[in-house]
Parts: sequence; C-alpha cells; structure tokens
Amino acid sequence: MLTDKLLMGILRAGALMAALVMLLILIFLMHESWPALSTLSIGRFMTDASWHPLEGAYNLMPMLSGTLLASAGALLLAVPLGLASAIFIVFYAPPYPAAIYKRLIELLSGIPSVVFGFWGLTTLVPLINQWHPPGASLLAGIGVLALMILPTVTLTAYTALAAVPDELLRNAAALGLSRWGMVQGVAMPAARTGIAAGIILAAARALGETMAVLMVAGNVVQYPETLFDPVRTLAANIALETAYAMGDHRAVLFVSGLLLMLLVMALSGVAGLLEKRRHA
Amino acid sequence: MSLINNRLVVKTGMSKNFRYVLIHLFFLAIVVACVAQAQAQMPTKTASQRLVLTGSSTIAPLAGEIARRFESLHPGVRIDVQTGGSSRGIHDVRKGIAAIGMVSRALKPDEADLQAFTIAQDGISIIVHAGNPVITLSRKQIADIYTGRITHWNAAGGTDARITVVNKAEGRSTLELFLDYLQLKNSEIKPHVIIGDNAQGIKTVIGNPHAIGYVSIGAAEYEARRGAPVRLLSLGGVEASVENVRQGIFPLSRPLNLVTSSEPQGLVRRFIEFARSPQVHDLVRAQYFVPVNAD
Repeated sequence: MLTDKLLMGILRAGALMAALVMLLILIFLMHESWPALSTLSIGRFMTDASWHPLEGAYNLMPMLSGTLLASAGALLLAVPLGLASAIFIVFYAPPYPAAIYKRLIELLSGIPSVVFGFWGLTTLVPLINQWHPPGASLLAGIGVLALMILPTVTLTAYTALAAVPDELLRNAAALGLSRWGMVQGVAMPAARTGIAAGIILAAARALGETMAVLMVAGNVVQYPETLFDPVRTLAANIALETAYAMGDHRAVLFVSGLLLMLLVMALSGVAGLLEKRRHA
Repeated sequence: MSLINNRLVVKTGMSKNFRYVLIHLFFLAIVVACVAQAQAQMPTKTASQRLVLTGSSTIAPLAGEIARRFESLHPGVRIDVQTGGSSRGIHDVRKGIAAIGMVSRALKPDEADLQAFTIAQDGISIIVHAGNPVITLSRKQIADIYTGRITHWNAAGGTDARITVVNKAEGRSTLELFLDYLQLKNSEIKPHVIIGDNAQGIKTVIGNPHAIGYVSIGAAEYEARRGAPVRLLSLGGVEASVENVRQGIFPLSRPLNLVTSSEPQGLVRRFIEFARSPQVHDLVRAQYFVPVNAD
C-alpha cells in the first residue's frame, strides 16, 4: 500500500514537473518578449519594411514564410519517400534486406543535424551554385530538411504499418486482393493515424530545426520568389542573432521564439483536431 | 452497522489524505534542502578567487588561453571566459555580471563610463575564392558590390559571373566595423548569404568561387596558409596581413579590448596587466592577432 502511494506521489510530481516545464517555457518567452510586445504594436511585426532590429524594423513575416515554405517543401519530399520506404520494408522487401534497410534509416535518424548542415554547406550548396547561384537557398534548406525528417516519417510509418493486425491482411489476401490492393486498401487506412502522427512529428522537427538550415539556407530576410532565393527561418534567426543581441533586439528575438512556439502549438492543435474528427 | 462502516471508511480516507500530504511535504523538504544547499555552496565558490570574462567571440579564445596561463601561475584563481559578443561584454560589465568585458572594437562615445585596455589588434579582411582573378578592390567598389550596384565580377576586373555577397548577421562587431568603414547602414546592403561566425564565412567562400565576404584577418590568413582556397584582398593598396595590422597601416583593423567599469583593482588589475605583458605575446601571435606594446 505504502509503495503504491509512494509511487503515486513520485509519478504525480514527475507529471506535474513535465507540465510545469512547458508552462514555464511559455511564461519565460512571454516575459522576455514583453518589453517588445508592450512598446511595439503587433502590426509592426507584420508591416515593417524588413528585419533590421538595430535600425528599428521588425518584420517577422518573411521569416515566417521562409519557415513554412522550407518545412512544407521538406514534407513534400520526405513524406512520399518515407511512406514508400516503410511500405517497402513491411510488404515488399525480403526479410534480410528489409532489416538492413531499416537499420540504415535508423542510422540516418541518429546523424546530428550539424553534420547534415556541414554536408549541405560543403557539397549541396556548391552543387546548386553551379546550377543557379548563389547556392545557399530555399532549395538547399529543403533538401537538408527532407533528409533529416525522412527517417522520422519512415520509422513512424513503419511502426504503424507493422502494427496492422495480421488477420486484416490475411482476410485481404483471402479475398484475392493483389499486394498493392492490400497495401492501399487495407493496411494504409488501418495505419492512417500512426502515419499522420509521424508526419506531424516530422513537421514539428522541420519547423524547429536550426543549425542545418542556418548553414545552407543563406539566411537573407526576404520572401523567396524562386527555389533558388536564400531565406531565413525563425529558428535560424534566433540562433544567428541571440548571442549578440541586447535590449530591444533581444526582446524581439524572443518574440520570434514565441511565434515559433505558437506555430508548433497550432500544429499540434491541428493534429488533435484531426484525431477527434476521425473518431467522431 | 453500515453507519459505522461508513464512518470507518471516512476515517481511513482522511488518514490516506493525511499520508499524501506527508509524502508530498517530504519531497518538498528534499527539494528545498537541495536548493538551500546549492545556494549555500555558491558564496564559498565566489570567495575563492573567481573572475568572469564575457563578450566578443573574437577575443574569447585568446582570453581563454591567457586565463589558463594565469591560473597556472596563480593557484586558487578560477577564470571563466564566456562568449556572447562585444555588446554583451559591455552589458555584463555595466550590470556587474562580469568583472571584465571583452570588446573587439574601440569604445563608443556613449561608453565613456567604462575603461578599456587593449590587449591586441585585429584586422578584418575582404576574402574571395582563390580562383577569382580579382586582387584588389577600392572602397567604392566594395560598397557598390555590397549595395548591389555592381552585380557581376567583370565590372570589378573579374570574369563574367554573378557575385555572391556574403554578409554577417546583425549584432556582430565585425559587421559594425565593416559598415563603419564603408559608411553604410546594414539595411542598404543586399546580401545573398548571411553568416554567423568567421569559420562559416570562410567555408561559404571556399564553396562558392564567385563569393565575396569578410572575416577576421587572423582567421583568414590562418586558413589561407593551411592551403584553403581563399584570397585576402588588399585594401587601398595595403596588403591584408597580420604584419600590416601590427604596423597600423591596414585600414580595416580594430583593437581588442578588455573593459572594466572602474579603475581595476586587485585580481582584475593583475589579470589585465598580465594580458598586456610580453609574457602572453606568443599566445596572441598563435591566434593570428597582433600584440600591443604595453607602456
């Protein structure tokens, strides 16, 4: 009895702390960005000429668009590839190559983001530069991000597909469905929630990824007109400038952190909504 | 009977609640004790001679080396070197967070409340890829390139290729010195790539034959000597080299300062004197900076 209660106490304290951390981060961000939020009108963050915090221009929208475009582009590349990989491992590959392939993907997920950034800076960027200067661009950012979130999409989709009950698949086979018919008619719908959760996880990672994007995306604050234009993401902005920022500059950087946080919260809100609608 | 049972239940329920409270209080006590102990330990640490330096990431590696030598000569002294940019150095010294700030530029007029002690000189060099035929650029040409009036290298004596302009992120002292030299505002610059530190700048130029950027001369000369394909452009007829910065003839150079809020006393004074003495000139040279002659 006592052990139970002791355990309960510990668990409660742990749960409380986890929730508190999240809340504290939010409060901290609010507190640190308050000097900017209270003196500048919210509109300034959307209508200022550009982002030159030392000259009093605080437009965050180009960076918001850069963040969204880079993440969306990465998802566009990584989701089909990841899904295809997962389907290949679960339904098509012979056991031995499948195991090796899965190990490789797992290894890919363990590579630190700085290594991807370094590779991007020394290989991908010069390559794109030969094609269309300056090389450091939205495209390079998308490429590196796609590589980084590919394992997340693949591994979560793999887990979801592997968890589809065997009898469903056997029934499908008994009905004479082709293998592809079984995959897209039975397995994919049954694994939909898990796959969607993986994609949202990947999207959140793409939104927040900092170092790799910082090294390859060029970091110029602008709305990109083509894939070859450099962009700056919100996370890269914080990493680039925080170490050297004082006073108002620092506060507006916390505002961009707050914006990023809201973005991720909105994403997880959408995920919750999707879940609810599916069950309804 | 049922009434008694009920009462019994209520009674045990209360004691359960009571035990919950006790358990939680117990954990609270542990946490409070830990925090209290941690706080109790802090003053004893500061009491044993401790010195905190914050500021410029250009100076920090040098200051770290000097600090290590100082510590080995003065047992019992601990020196913490933290980076965060010149503005952080100024800020922390004013707020009293750090005893010494590292500032990689001359003090501005509104910083006259602080005292600066130059420990070395550093120059900023314009760099291009080694495959670029351009050897020198005038100040006007550099300004035109950075503001987008010159977009191709053939207008500056090079090949017919689009120039990739590499700029530094806002808040860096390198950027400040560069803008000051060109008499430009950062919003007038039309960059294609914005970078953080020197290493990233050099790698960007190495990876792009048509790029132009600027970094600390020490870092650039070091990389060029190691065989990296970068070229340091001469400015106004003066070759970009550590030697010319030492002689004070290179136009884009800056002092590396240690900054204090008042006349330094005790440990702070001893450290600053040590950092300016010939005993550390080898360390200064090892970082490709130029030592100063302390009077």
